[in-house]
Amino acid sequence: MSSLRNAIRAQKTDWGHPTKAKGRAILMKTLTHLDRLEAEAIHIIREVVAEADKPVMLYSVGKDSAVMLHLARKAFYPSPPPFPLLHVDTTWKFKAMYELRDKMARDSGMDLLVYQNPEAVEKGINPFDHGALHTDMWKTEGLKQALDKYGFDAAFGGARRDEEKSRAKERIFSFRTSSHGWDPKNQRPELWNLYNARKAKGESIRVFPISNWTELDIWQYIHLNEIPIVPLYFADKRPTVERDGMLLMVDDDRFPLEPGEVPVMRSIRFRTLGCYPLTGAVESEAKTLPEVIQETLLTTTSERQGRAIDKDAGGAGMEVKKQQGYF
Amino acid sequence: MTDVNTKEDVYVVDKLIAEDIDAYLVSHEHKTMLRFITCGSVDDGKSTLIGRMLYDSKMIFEDQLDALSADSKKVGTQGQEIDFALLVDGLAAEREQGITIDVAYRFFNTEKRKFIVADCPGHEQYTRNMVTGASTADLAVILIDARKGVLVQTRRHSYLCHLIGIKNIVLAVNKMDLVDYDEVVFDAIVKDYTEFASSIGIESFTAMPISGFKGDNITTLSENTPWYKGTTLVEHLETVEVLSSVDADKPFRLPVQWVNRPNLDFRGFSGLIATGGVKAGDKIRVLPSGKTSTITRVVTYDGDLEEAVAGQSVTVCFEDEIDCSRGSVISVADNPPQTADQFESTFVWLADEAMIPGRAYWLKLGTQMVSATVQEPKYTVNVNTMEHMAAKTLELNAIGVAELTTDKQVVFEPYAENRTLGGFILIDKMTNATVAAGMINFSLRRSQNVHWQAIDIDRKQHANLKNQKPAVLWFTGLSGSGKSTIANMVEKKLHRMNRHTFLLDGDNVRHGLNKDLGFTEADRIENIRRVGEVAKLMTDGGLIVITAFISPFQADREMVRSMLPDGEFIEVFIDTPLKVAEARDVKGLYKKARSGELKNFTGIDSPYEAPRNPEVRIDTTVLSPEEAANLIVDTLLGDA
Repeated sequence: MSSLRNAIRAQKTDWGHPTKAKGRAILMKTLTHLDRLEAEAIHIIREVVAEADKPVMLYSVGKDSAVMLHLARKAFYPSPPPFPLLHVDTTWKFKAMYELRDKMARDSGMDLLVYQNPEAVEKGINPFDHGALHTDMWKTEGLKQALDKYGFDAAFGGARRDEEKSRAKERIFSFRTSSHGWDPKNQRPELWNLYNARKAKGESIRVFPISNWTELDIWQYIHLNEIPIVPLYFADKRPTVERDGMLLMVDDDRFPLEPGEVPVMRSIRFRTLGCYPLTGAVESEAKTLPEVIQETLLTTTSERQGRAIDKDAGGAGMEVKKQQGYF
Repeated sequence: MTDVNTKEDVYVVDKLIAEDIDAYLVSHEHKTMLRFITCGSVDDGKSTLIGRMLYDSKMIFEDQLDALSADSKKVGTQGQEIDFALLVDGLAAEREQGITIDVAYRFFNTEKRKFIVADCPGHEQYTRNMVTGASTADLAVILIDARKGVLVQTRRHSYLCHLIGIKNIVLAVNKMDLVDYDEVVFDAIVKDYTEFASSIGIESFTAMPISGFKGDNITTLSENTPWYKGTTLVEHLETVEVLSSVDADKPFRLPVQWVNRPNLDFRGFSGLIATGGVKAGDKIRVLPSGKTSTITRVVTYDGDLEEAVAGQSVTVCFEDEIDCSRGSVISVADNPPQTADQFESTFVWLADEAMIPGRAYWLKLGTQMVSATVQEPKYTVNVNTMEHMAAKTLELNAIGVAELTTDKQVVFEPYAENRTLGGFILIDKMTNATVAAGMINFSLRRSQNVHWQAIDIDRKQHANLKNQKPAVLWFTGLSGSGKSTIANMVEKKLHRMNRHTFLLDGDNVRHGLNKDLGFTEADRIENIRRVGEVAKLMTDGGLIVITAFISPFQADREMVRSMLPDGEFIEVFIDTPLKVAEARDVKGLYKKARSGELKNFTGIDSPYEAPRNPEVRIDTTVLSPEEAANLIVDTLLGDA
């Protein structure tokens, strides 16, 4: 690993061919695709801070959030990012996610706001008994309530266009009505890198700085920048049960086992992290980042396949959810 | 799926991934990125081509393929075959209607590059979407159906790509399988296109015979076209020069996004380098102030850089404490960009509501935000025939050339030289919608030759002699709301208090200064603009000006507000409900408007935009004219 990193470092400072410009020779560095994606994301994050009244960064502790947070730290260095992190909590995240969340907030010097929908707390909404209502109450409603409570007018999210069909058509600055609705047929044109952040009182924007990143870009960037991620992305022996063709991890004793069901230790890891009973694991031996990347590249199923949420409401599941205010 | 070839190169990549992932990662890290757009209508097989490229570069996964297979049988247009178009048409309405409405972005990698494809809709009513997709592209693939040849839409797409400044154009003659891979058909199409392309100024393009459906000349050269001596589409995409490396050779320009000031010891200026490069020791100039200094550091989170180039987001520090903030442009000292406030620009109108000449819009160019007005277009372009046509305005999807005036000096370069400092958007001040994209052609010298004459007795001395603070009391409200009555009373009260005043009344002004103006939207705006300018001259003379005009549009009142120093514009909203005003109907105008005898009457067939935050609001259903006048005078004199 470390020798690989050194090799990559060495190549990183490798300057390209000299070119002539206006009579003076300058050494020109050829920007790689990751250089350009990073520069674009930083530009987007700074535009929001310059033009919005009260921005916030949605932080879900997953690998995409990890990259987005890292980009925010780069954008404002040596200052800390001038906005807080918001975790819309469902109380059903993996234990390892809560640990990393608190560590990252400390390290970045940013405020961490944790919001739990009080109605969902009161009713004890959980993924085992309530199905789709779980996502709706904790995440969709929870997010809307949190944004309203603090009066945030711009929220960064780590969604990528390669994840899902309706996301491929969403703008980087995605405009929401005062009731948080998304109108896919009436999106603002987005030309060059000019973003229009103006809005009326009560309206807000969701901003996706890593729209143009793919899953492979994310992994590679984490690898090159040594960004801390939740250990669940790496293979390890963990207690699991198999349901409806999905491998579920038994993360704590709130997991209701069915009669006769006994957790089995399997070497598993996660390609995507959500609420633990809703997120399927894959059997894997990939214990390092290059091994994870290798497995990702050779795999034949898409990343969101492990998530139950996209399968609701037929082919347009995510589009409908977004219109209702889901991120 | 039976006709998909097993590709030798795909296999080699897989082998490298499987056997030496570290080596693969190093190679992947050094890939460059190309953004391109594909243009063509549904029938040209555009989505099929993209689906094919995604499939061939293994960007389609099994679960997506299963879903696609099921969708294809349900709503596909390819019989039992996989309909790749369904993969890229993401919105429910698009799948249902079988059309592409909005730009979709897709991603794939080859051994050399990462690609971002903007898949753009082809119909004329989606011109705005296509322009959006084209604005960030390094290259355009223009698809032609080999059976149909160069069509109106081919010309339109080519013109738009050329307009937005795309230098690399690929003419992909698709569906060659349906014309038996006939060289004669291909040559005839290329000849046709060459004539058209040179007529609109496209200097060069690359033509290739392909079949997106069968996979000919996409990733491997096809045996079906032995007469074709060029490269495959993917190979061409892998080797063409990208825009950012062209920009790196231009003079240094950095539009400032944000000032980074964590403590008293650090002051940095953050932004994305638009063109050129920068390193410590470089002499720079900050525009529009023109002040110069020297770069001391190029700061990033990963350590200071020796040099940074176009396309990188950085923070730079100066040797001297000179004025620099968001909207400023940092430039190489000896070759700075120009500043101006009048331009000729090409516009693409993006909004349903047509452009209103003379109305103030927000203009965003780089990180600069100013107020701007557009004149009547010089001409618009028929995108199908390229003919120039006379026009009074710009409608949705219209492309036209017009003059533009800004309220402040803008740092700019012509779009052809610099996309970042030459491209802008217009934003509606009321709805905040992005209504137009614009490209600066050149600045107009006219304004630069009219200099302000220095005057010894200035506005302050005029005001001091009269012992008062000048102001404009701007009355607004429906016809018959009571504006003139109350304005008259206010003037009488001020006169008795020895204040120097002047009342500008709507009807009276229209008898003289504005007698050439009618009641169309454009004329109403010009009416208000002139009244604003006259009021401003009178305040320069130290007067308290009272105006009584319906002035129904918020944007126009804001325009006048922006002409005057802070605090001198006092918006007085005479708030009388339409019902009440119509019942009064002092001049009998509502009756005429209702009968259709009078057109464009505010409140009846023309809107009234009520002020959002007026300095004074008078509810005439509660206050008497006398009480209202007292309240206004108290507000003016600061006694309220």
